Amino acid sequence: MSLPRRAADLVRSWPLFRQLTGPDPLGRGAAVESNGPRDHARTADADTVTRSVCPFCAVGCGQKIYSREGRVTHIEGDPDSPISRGRLCPRGSSSLSLVTSPSRLTRVRYRRPGGTDWEDLELGTAMDMIADRIIESRARTWEDTDGEGRVLRRTLGFAHLGGATLDNEENYLLKKLYTALGAVQVENQARI
Amino acid sequence: MAEAHPVGFQWVMEAKARGARIIHVDPRFTRTSAVADAHVPIRPGTDIAFLGGLINYVLENERDFREYVVAYTNAPMLVREDFVDAGDDDGLFSGWDPETCSYDTTTWQYEGADVAAASGDRDAWDSDTHQPEMRRESHRLTHLLGQSESAGSGGATVTGEPVRDDTLQHPRCVYQVLRRHFARYTPETVSRVCGMSPDQFRTVAEAICANSGRERTTMWIYSVGWTQHTVGVQYIRCASILQGLLGNIGRPGGGIMALRGHATIQGSTDIPTLYDLLPGYIPMPHAHKKMTLADFVEADAASKGFWGNMPAYMVSLLKAWFGDAATAENDYCFDLVPRITGDHSTFTTVLNMIDQKCEGYLVLGENPAVGTTNSKQQRLGLAALKWLVVRDLQEIETATFWRDGPEIETGEMRTEDIGTEVFLLPAATHVEKAGSFTNTQRLLQWRHQAVEPPGDARSDLWFAHELGLRIRAKLAGSGLSRDAAIQALTWDYPTEGVHGDPDAHAILKEISGVDADGTPVSGYTALRDDGSTACGCWIYSGVYADGVNQAARRVPAGGESPAALEWGWAWPMNRRVLYNRASADPEGRPWSERKAYVWWDPDEQRWTGHDVPDFEADKPPSYRPPDGAVAQDAIAGDEPFIMQADGRVWLYAPTGLADGPMPVHYEPEEAPTRNALHPLTRANPARERFVRDDNPYNPSDHQPGSEVFPYAFTTFRIAEHHTAGGMSRWTPYLAELAPEMFVEVSPALAAERGLEHTGWATIVTARSAIEARVVVTERMKPLRIAGETVHQVGLPWHWGPNGLVTGDAANELIGISLDPNVHIMDTKTGTCDVVAGRRPRGPELPTFVEGYRKRAGI
Repeated sequence: MSLPRRAADLVRSWPLFRQLTGPDPLGRGAAVESNGPRDHARTADADTVTRSVCPFCAVGCGQKIYSREGRVTHIEGDPDSPISRGRLCPRGSSSLSLVTSPSRLTRVRYRRPGGTDWEDLELGTAMDMIADRIIESRARTWEDTDGEGRVLRRTLGFAHLGGATLDNEENYLLKKLYTALGAVQVENQARI
Repeated sequence: MAEAHPVGFQWVMEAKARGARIIHVDPRFTRTSAVADAHVPIRPGTDIAFLGGLINYVLENERDFREYVVAYTNAPMLVREDFVDAGDDDGLFSGWDPETCSYDTTTWQYEGADVAAASGDRDAWDSDTHQPEMRRESHRLTHLLGQSESAGSGGATVTGEPVRDDTLQHPRCVYQVLRRHFARYTPETVSRVCGMSPDQFRTVAEAICANSGRERTTMWIYSVGWTQHTVGVQYIRCASILQGLLGNIGRPGGGIMALRGHATIQGSTDIPTLYDLLPGYIPMPHAHKKMTLADFVEADAASKGFWGNMPAYMVSLLKAWFGDAATAENDYCFDLVPRITGDHSTFTTVLNMIDQKCEGYLVLGENPAVGTTNSKQQRLGLAALKWLVVRDLQEIETATFWRDGPEIETGEMRTEDIGTEVFLLPAATHVEKAGSFTNTQRLLQWRHQAVEPPGDARSDLWFAHELGLRIRAKLAGSGLSRDAAIQALTWDYPTEGVHGDPDAHAILKEISGVDADGTPVSGYTALRDDGSTACGCWIYSGVYADGVNQAARRVPAGGESPAALEWGWAWPMNRRVLYNRASADPEGRPWSERKAYVWWDPDEQRWTGHDVPDFEADKPPSYRPPDGAVAQDAIAGDEPFIMQADGRVWLYAPTGLADGPMPVHYEPEEAPTRNALHPLTRANPARERFVRDDNPYNPSDHQPGSEVFPYAFTTFRIAEHHTAGGMSRWTPYLAELAPEMFVEVSPALAAERGLEHTGWATIVTARSAIEARVVVTERMKPLRIAGETVHQVGLPWHWGPNGLVTGDAANELIGISLDPNVHIMDTKTGTCDVVAGRRPRGPELPTFVEGYRKRAGI
């Protein structure tokens, strides 16, 4: 096919061109549909459909997660939800991009003190180092009592931030662990 | 609401289609205003004047729902004789101590009732020395801590029988105290302070009065526009007073609906990653020389309402955490719980980092380097740490401040000089782990796991569990007393899947509670204070009743009930409308057939209706407590507010608040105008300020230098981005929909400052300067305040330096000043300058801001 011919085909397949020249001048039908193969929906070949909840705001819209061979292929609103009745907003509709983003972190990144770039680190090594840092900071800053003899049994040597995007079960384990370690500076986005 | 909670907004539209009238009160004309019946403009930071005006309108015209008010609110209670209302000039209640900038709240109490001692007082009891300086110290501490050490979210306990006048005529009854207090909020005053016309105000007032009573109810919906102020708690108090007077609480179509901003921000306060709370709003213990478990729960043990069972909730929590190690003999390990001594909130903690007192930080799913007020201060804190752990989906700004943060560009920091060791761990998304979110209506919904997370990505459940395993292994042989708690901790969870995730169901079961045999309990009324039950969060008790994950229920549309009772599980006990006993009259009959919701069935001798009754199911309306009754037994059959110490809506708060028993209009920390109501006290006198070089405030209110920052700004969200952008700036569709930071300005301000639509503007405060694309729009209206024109600008806060789309963060501009009750920051008001063009780059930026500070005399 010659180049001008290919260019002409491309222009003819452009939705705006089809709308202006075809039988759908208002652009409410076939003119605005994409040119890709439409033999089946992305949801049709999913091997699992999982019930979930949108991770953005606190309305709590229902989501159905379609996946195939261990990869998420589609996310859409759950029509059974009495909260959302199948709807998702722009943010909720972007959930698939959130999950499958090519820029997502998948490896541990480590920056040593004074370092100018990231380094690689094994996850297990990182977890061990973090446990050591907590134990060391806690030992350095532990307070049994204050100057007036009031019981404290705590450390102000390390702190935590985050929770409003975590699960209840995650917040529970974190609060339980930190409290047992004597850490009180445990906070998240909420004030009450 | 159409912007920030679009899918929730479908119900507002559905109500409108059925005849409801929608009024949108907002500084900006938004997508919500576009579909509302009316848009009422308001100056940011003046909602107490607006709501106070509505309260005044209700009281002056006697439009309150009188039977509801007499029976269900504290309107008849008498306030002590020595209580003095906020003065016209100074706006201060009795008990103000200018030296400590805090209140002695003794005079605010009911006549005839004692209020349990607040924190700090306990040591004074021990030594039996009620010295004035001891009292002052105790009030200072209570103020710092923001709440008392009793009754959790109940705030305070009342014992004894308050004196009442059910005719509401006694000059010291709450009803009359309210009338006098709110009389100053006339329609004309509201107009002068808030900027709306008196007619606009009267239209709203008439609409809500006409739409309340037996046959109708009015609902208020709010978001952080009401809470993120130095008077944030008093905003909500104001709405509670109004709704209490109109009889709109505990009834269908009524209430005060908080639209929260994150998927489970409600859950993260119920099971708090918060410094001052234990699960279920049990307060963290404060430091005392000696305090046993009995002392800790004592203040509540004799009180009325369900907080009276605090010993059962607390002992069950300790049993869940310390298992067999927690015994009656060792006070159930109560002495292993750390103590708090003041404000340990995130703001104070970051200041401690800058001051080298706090050396480590774990940040999970949050991005303070751009998402927290005064972001530069946050980054200064991060740069002063020894170590930092960040867990997120992308390389957010909090993880990269050392490489390419704004201070690297300005030369204020050098990468090589920053000693912070950074661990950036990839996190799992919501579809790669199982667990529950609690949405804004207290509804727990379970998410099943769809796929495994990629590479090193793990759930935060895995992280917490794994971290605990490693720390416990390392400290297993320690003989130090400080390690006793971590050694005694129950941490034996079953694991599953390729990564060894702890089984989230097992954790939900622990949260819900079990009896001595390990059988799930039915709910919080089954909890005991004798160590025979264990429960991780008493208000969630019952979510695993019958061994079934109730949060995972997904009957289509929630089943037959109009309250959708078979979809998920709402705390407490799957009740969807709190205090719904108030939907029936004192005799237990619906106030009207139209508004019938929960009622007493005399044949069955039970409460019944469309929801789970928020009341003991078999307690008849005629029940009267016997002498000496405690806890729920002290709540009469016609007192619906079962968590309150007197079973009633508090129109007046005799205790529990740091800044007054009734709301008062104060101007924000930075305002473009004087306080028209109380000229001698410009801003909330009890607010928490941080006067430091890294947190300068703009001069306000016609003070010298205030002319340097002549405009007001407010912040807002848009539908296309989420909070500080960590979950939206890396997403191609959302990035494309809203690619750049912008500032909304009025045509008048654009003309005044030479700003061009789609051109650039620089916005400056004493903290920093940012740049944004200019949107010239009639949506931003200049306001006439006290005879002067006040220009305001609107700033979304979704951008930062990283991601697919980048821009300056609005949080760079905002200083920290906090509400004294819950330490929430004011992000909704401030003053600034706006100039055309982009901001200076590199070292010229701090020089530029310094020039402004010098000119303003800061």
